[in-house]
Amino acid sequence: MFNFILFTFAFLLRVANMVPLSYYVILSAIVFITGVVGVLIRRNIIIILLSIELMLNATNINFVAFSSYFQNVVGQVFVFFALTVAAAEVAVGLAIIIALYRSKSSINVDEFQLLKW
Amino acid sequence: MTLPLSDIQAVLPELIVVAAACLVLGLDPITPQSKKTWLAWLSLGSLVLCVPITISQMGTRVSAFSDLVVLDPYACFWKLLLYLVSGLTILLSLAYLKAERINLGEYYGFLLLSLSGMMIMVSAVDLLTIYLGTELMSLSLYVLAGFKRFEARSLEASAKYFVLGSFSSGILLYGISLLFGVAGSTRLSAIAAAVANRGLDDPALVLAMILLVVGFGFKIAVVPFHMWTPDVYEGAPTSVTAFMAVASKVASFGAFVRVFLEGLGGLKANWYGLFLVVCIATLVLGNVVAIVQTNIKRMLAYSSIAHAGYALIGIVVAGQADTEGAVRSAGLSSVMLYLAVYAFMTLGAFAVVAMLRKGGLEGEEIEDFTGLAKRQPIAAFLMLVFMVSLAGIPPTAGFIGKFYLFLAAVNAGLAWLAVIAVLFAAVSAYYYLRVVMVMYMRDLDISAGLAPRFASSPAMTVVLACAIAGVVILGLYPDPLVSLTTSAVLTLK
Repeated sequence: MFNFILFTFAFLLRVANMVPLSYYVILSAIVFITGVVGVLIRRNIIIILLSIELMLNATNINFVAFSSYFQNVVGQVFVFFALTVAAAEVAVGLAIIIALYRSKSSINVDEFQLLKW
Repeated sequence: MTLPLSDIQAVLPELIVVAAACLVLGLDPITPQSKKTWLAWLSLGSLVLCVPITISQMGTRVSAFSDLVVLDPYACFWKLLLYLVSGLTILLSLAYLKAERINLGEYYGFLLLSLSGMMIMVSAVDLLTIYLGTELMSLSLYVLAGFKRFEARSLEASAKYFVLGSFSSGILLYGISLLFGVAGSTRLSAIAAAVANRGLDDPALVLAMILLVVGFGFKIAVVPFHMWTPDVYEGAPTSVTAFMAVASKVASFGAFVRVFLEGLGGLKANWYGLFLVVCIATLVLGNVVAIVQTNIKRMLAYSSIAHAGYALIGIVVAGQADTEGAVRSAGLSSVMLYLAVYAFMTLGAFAVVAMLRKGGLEGEEIEDFTGLAKRQPIAAFLMLVFMVSLAGIPPTAGFIGKFYLFLAAVNAGLAWLAVIAVLFAAVSAYYYLRVVMVMYMRDLDISAGLAPRFASSPAMTVVLACAIAGVVILGLYPDPLVSLTTSAVLTLK
């Protein structure tokens, strides 16, 4: 069983090494643009939060791809920090959204009109 | 793994501030409600402790943690300014939080955490540490903006700040990842070397630079990335607004200048035009939209946007492709001088706004200042000085700040930019002096309801005294600060 996992892992690694760098960069660009468009057009604040997470994960794809390309661990270290920051951001963001929902009974950004947007 | 002692010493102020923040957060649950003020004094004490350490570190450029952070007079200047701003904000908050019934210990904890993020930002020379510092600053500010958690307006401000702030951080991070892809490292020095190799036309570099401009543009609130500023400044508690308007802008400018000159200095020819457009748009929009505001916090928000535009003039000067070293350092040192002056006058103005109470609420409409000169002449006079200084009229500090900026612009052959800036300074005088006119030339209609009055307190008096002393002394005798900024900027590579 262990051998099988190891074999699969080694196989995936070889496949990953065969994929050219530009594919990863294009994938990350698509994910990033999806995130940006999501933030701009969706009205539900939870979906907006998820779109922001997409943007951050697009960045992580970039970092890991470049890191493997340069044979340089700095990019992977950066990914760990970025993930930690993203987790902290979600924690703060969801707390704010809950507090907002308690006072407004809504999570639609169009209804947050007290301050001129 | 062991850390060399010299590295620990280099980040000692940051460690002290973070330790104090943890102590405040830990002590908060066991502190009785009547003793919460002690936590404020504890926070203030930690800042006072940091000042001599930072002054003693002001000597030469020392890098620590294998070039993740650096200690140079440039970083120390910003740190000292940040201690001052945070200390005054804590003093300002004492009475304000009591009046607003949000006298909670964690306020000071978040303030210190935010400060530590800013300190990391200004001393970082690696995009990793710059990003972490920015996030530490912003995450704490999101919480602080929503601190009046029973008031819908404050929560709305917090949510807007959070959404747009993390959106901009995402863009900034994507730019950083592209820079990493170009340079193979996140060190600013390695990025500068890669820029020198790849040249100006590399599309990945240009895209990364634009993304970085957008990310930092949100943090320093320049047009067209300013949309969040008026809403957040209006909704947040006034003491937090003061902190955001001054400290976060100062720290973001500190990091911004370092990234674009040390890291992307080779791309000057590319970012110079971009900054020029952003600078002019900021000056025009900030000053023109401020005219129609009726809420003073909103007006000061647009004024802070406009001031970011003035400070950008210095960076534009430094970014001119053919500038010599002297012109470049004059531009940068005038940015530092301007932001130091801006800190005093804006904090002072917000302190006056925070003090103005109408019944149990804040008096934050410009109307609430009607006839103030008759009822409370001292407060009205202080507001007069801050407004005059914000408008840049001599002999106040605001004039000195603008004078050095415009002088740098003229010396760099950008006299036309200085002329535009002066014209919009004249526009700004209109809305600043309108507040003065309302205070001095109109009488309050008593029958209309409760008369707004100033809730003074000893700590608030100290804040106002410091702010007015800064505005007046720097206006009359700016030489020490000018020579400090001039020497500090020389250590910037």
